[in-house]
Amino acid sequence: MFQAVLFYFFAAALFAAALGVILSRNPVHAALFLVLAFFQSAVLWLLAEAEFLAIVLVLVYVGAVMVLFLFVVMMLDVDVERVRGGLTRYAPFGLLVAALMVIELVQVIWFRGRTDAGLGGFQPTPDGYSNTKALGAILYTEHVYAFEIAAVILLLAMVAAITLTMRKRPGLKVQNIAEQVAVKAKDRVRIVKMETEKRQ
Amino acid sequence: MTGMIEYLNSIWATVPADYQYLVIVTSQILAVAMTVILTVAFTTYFERKVIGYMQGRLGPNRVGPFGLGQPFADVLKLLIKEVIVPAKSNRFLFIIAPLLAITPALAAWAVIPLSDNFVIADIDAGLLYVLALTSVGVYGVIIAGWATNSKYALLGAMRSGAQIVAYEIAMGFALVGVLMAAGSLNLGDITRAQAGGFSHWFLFPLLPLFLVFFVSGVAETNRAPFDVTEGESEIVAGFHVEYSGVAFAIFFLAEYANIILISTLTSIFFFGGWASFFEGWTFLGEGHFLRQPSFFWLAAKISFFVFVFFWLRATFPRYRYDQIMRLGWKVFIPITIAWIAVEGVMSWLHWGPWSGSAG
Repeated sequence: MFQAVLFYFFAAALFAAALGVILSRNPVHAALFLVLAFFQSAVLWLLAEAEFLAIVLVLVYVGAVMVLFLFVVMMLDVDVERVRGGLTRYAPFGLLVAALMVIELVQVIWFRGRTDAGLGGFQPTPDGYSNTKALGAILYTEHVYAFEIAAVILLLAMVAAITLTMRKRPGLKVQNIAEQVAVKAKDRVRIVKMETEKRQ
Repeated sequence: MTGMIEYLNSIWATVPADYQYLVIVTSQILAVAMTVILTVAFTTYFERKVIGYMQGRLGPNRVGPFGLGQPFADVLKLLIKEVIVPAKSNRFLFIIAPLLAITPALAAWAVIPLSDNFVIADIDAGLLYVLALTSVGVYGVIIAGWATNSKYALLGAMRSGAQIVAYEIAMGFALVGVLMAAGSLNLGDITRAQAGGFSHWFLFPLLPLFLVFFVSGVAETNRAPFDVTEGESEIVAGFHVEYSGVAFAIFFLAEYANIILISTLTSIFFFGGWASFFEGWTFLGEGHFLRQPSFFWLAAKISFFVFVFFWLRATFPRYRYDQIMRLGWKVFIPITIAWIAVEGVMSWLHWGPWSGSAG
């Protein structure tokens, strides 16, 4: 009962936050609503006793991805009027994506829910069950190849992103920091010993 | 008196178990949070004294004996000052930003084991929880910088955000080494894996990771020599330039709570937490209190690292920003990755202190 109250409370908050993402006029507010949405879904996962996924969601999406998102949004001078003007152009594509998501959700909840027994809400896990350990065991044994392929794809994406954005401009003055750090006082200062002048 | 206690006990026994749990956990949370906040107050005093003596001054010595009342005088001063909200700022985010800074700093204490038998939430993914919460702390800074609507504040927030994201990665990698050595993500189990005296602490097998973790911790908390976020000579005070009164006090509180948190984490991950330095030293006698693991050992270790924070501040000049970025990305991350590889090979070949625990 208490769990159900918590679930509906956080689910409602998640829904409201998600609406805030698409309805708020200010892009920074939208990004912050998205952060709130991530937090709410993390709480829902915690209620399902999937604490590893919940914490990783906060760690990766809230702690790193959204920070960079906010960075970009704050740095760019977004022209709000022009962004909103594209509604009619992007609406068909958006509706298509939304329809696909709805079909997938229906497939998971309706069709599979009828065959599986798991429709009765979150099942409590047995004592001593650790979500972290279970996930680790499955990732590194059963799905080890998929896991490694995902890692390689991510590495590839990272290398590609760096290569695409890095450009060498000719004539740019760059500091060699290793050289600067390694500098010694005797490279920069010359101490000249002089005889004291004789008194006239 | 005993009758009174028995009477209270009998009342307590009639309370339903759920409510008993609620009361106990709430009072534990209050006790830890109040202790952290009080410690923060005295940490500010400690900092001013330490830096004072290092610079040949006396530090605060007017309020109360040895100036011990100074933190309370400061708090009172900040409480009765007016909170000024800049006219063109985003009012809601401006007010909420300090709260976003302090909440994660206090919430992280939920999984910190203060002694062998005291921890508020003994969860398996404790280490990840701490990492997640410390990474959420950056929102307070970024939102404060943006909501203020001042170019200095925004510059400070950008600097801070980039710095925290960069050093978080090095910190996370250093912790990968710790969890490989301990074979657990639970902070209590990590401490227990270091039992058996000084030589069993992770400090020695993981020395490079310890240095990376602590220096990254200094950078994460935006403390000198990594305090370009504030950079009073360039951008006045960074993200909290327009904050006054209580709002500023909360940012201050968050910064010092984070210092204490990083010190605690360093003690737990690399210095055996509550374990005794003299464990197994027979000349002290069997039941000698110095040989017992206790909270006081943890407190001593925390105090030492807090001292190191202030020591660094009194000693080093401020880093240049490009050098901060270079240190984080090009020095620390390769070091941690190399050491994780070394550790992996060693545990694979069953060398070293952790050969038993890891695969």
